[in-house]
Amino acid sequence: MVLTQRAFWEARGRSPALKPVVFALALVPLAELALRLFGLGLWGALGVNPIESIVRFSGDWALRMLLVALAVTPLRLLTGLAWPMKLRRMLGLFAFFYAALHLAAYVGLDQGLDWARIWADVVKRLYITVGMAAFAILLALALTSPKAAVRRLGGRRWQALHRLVYPAAVLAVVHYGLMVKADLTQPVIHGVVLALLLAARPALKSWRGRRRSGAEGRVRTAGRGL
Amino acid sequence: EPIAETQWSTVGPNDKLTPFEDVTSYNNFYELGTGKGDPKANAEQLVTEPWTITVDGACGKPGKLSYDDFVKPHALEERIYRLRCVEAWSMVIPWVGIPLGEALKRFEPTAQAKYVRFETIHDPKMLPAQRSGVLDWPYVEGLRMDEAMHPLALLAVGLYGEVLPNQNGAPLRLVVPWKYGFKSIKSIVRISFVEDMPQTTWAAYGGGSEYGFYANVNPTVDHPRWSQASERRLDGGSIFSMFERRDTLMFNGYDDVAPLYAGMDLKKWF
Repeated sequence: MVLTQRAFWEARGRSPALKPVVFALALVPLAELALRLFGLGLWGALGVNPIESIVRFSGDWALRMLLVALAVTPLRLLTGLAWPMKLRRMLGLFAFFYAALHLAAYVGLDQGLDWARIWADVVKRLYITVGMAAFAILLALALTSPKAAVRRLGGRRWQALHRLVYPAAVLAVVHYGLMVKADLTQPVIHGVVLALLLAARPALKSWRGRRRSGAEGRVRTAGRGL
Repeated sequence: EPIAETQWSTVGPNDKLTPFEDVTSYNNFYELGTGKGDPKANAEQLVTEPWTITVDGACGKPGKLSYDDFVKPHALEERIYRLRCVEAWSMVIPWVGIPLGEALKRFEPTAQAKYVRFETIHDPKMLPAQRSGVLDWPYVEGLRMDEAMHPLALLAVGLYGEVLPNQNGAPLRLVVPWKYGFKSIKSIVRISFVEDMPQTTWAAYGGGSEYGFYANVNPTVDHPRWSQASERRLDGGSIFSMFERRDTLMFNGYDDVAPLYAGMDLKKWF
């Protein structure tokens, strides 16, 4: 019974359609942005301040993708399913992709590649400093995401490095909160989701542990590291 | 019958008018929502008829006036001004209005009137964002008496020759073109002549993390979150035409007001 279930979900994890489908879904925001650039988006054109719209849009999606990537492990712990783990790296790379777009829009469109002005922003404005720190972490994680990097660094060191995704996500939410002028609703919503995702890990792990020791051998999770 | 009896422009060939559509769909009017598009989306929730303006404080002729009684005695003027927002964007807007100083003089301010305090309508039943604590309501702004009397200061009742849209602060709003946009308080219901510098909304916000009472446009004094050295002109152009930022000018280019601040350290009194 256990083996059959496991085989079933493992097979789902190897499903040829899953990754391409999620990949395509993760590109939908980019397509929406491209359509809006030409005034064809479902939610209209880019509006009165198009450069601000691009910066905001890409930043919103960078944070959302990061939260989705961080939801993978809690989902696995909650359901015992293995296949979401196969999407984690891709989702993390999409978070990096939208963050890179966000940074490029700020540097290129908003600041017009005026490096002196950008550097002044980085050192003087806390929300930009914090955002840059979050991006630097995501960059390091993206660069070390290939399997070859895991081998070169060794599993333990690689894992220690990639735990920096938690501070990166916290910095991203703080960046958002420091940026808005008065209405903290959206940053708080994202912060609460992040807090729940982070708190879910230890909570679900101990719940899993209790279940396992309570019914030794009956329930076997397909976990392979967290 | 032309709505404005006199017309004057303070902008140059480099200042293209911001299209009506853009002036009326990208607004900071937190009472109607904090998103830029919210004020237009929620505009019909603000009911501007009837409208009463209370004038009180240190003046000889205080009173409660209907919008008509307040505005009618004055000739309407069209004034094309630059509007510089603290968020480092700017627009060029053809306002229709009455000179603030002339309107205030009718109430005969006394020698105790050192400042003018303005208040926006406070009606949480009507204004969705006033049901939450985004800001301390009502919105309050103020000017020093000599600033208020300066001929550039305007009480606007319209734009583009039409009655002021709700999202732009109908039916009566301040326009002080040499100060950041948030000083130009919208939907005014109360004007008070006071002796002490009034506590204004953004100056009090966050323990002084925003600008102070004066908030004159000044490229050399940064906001905590924005450099004010340059700005993006929102003139309805394409994204490519907006790429180029322009240098922000002291007093938003309205140098006529400089004597008001003679001898003041504007890095301290920002």
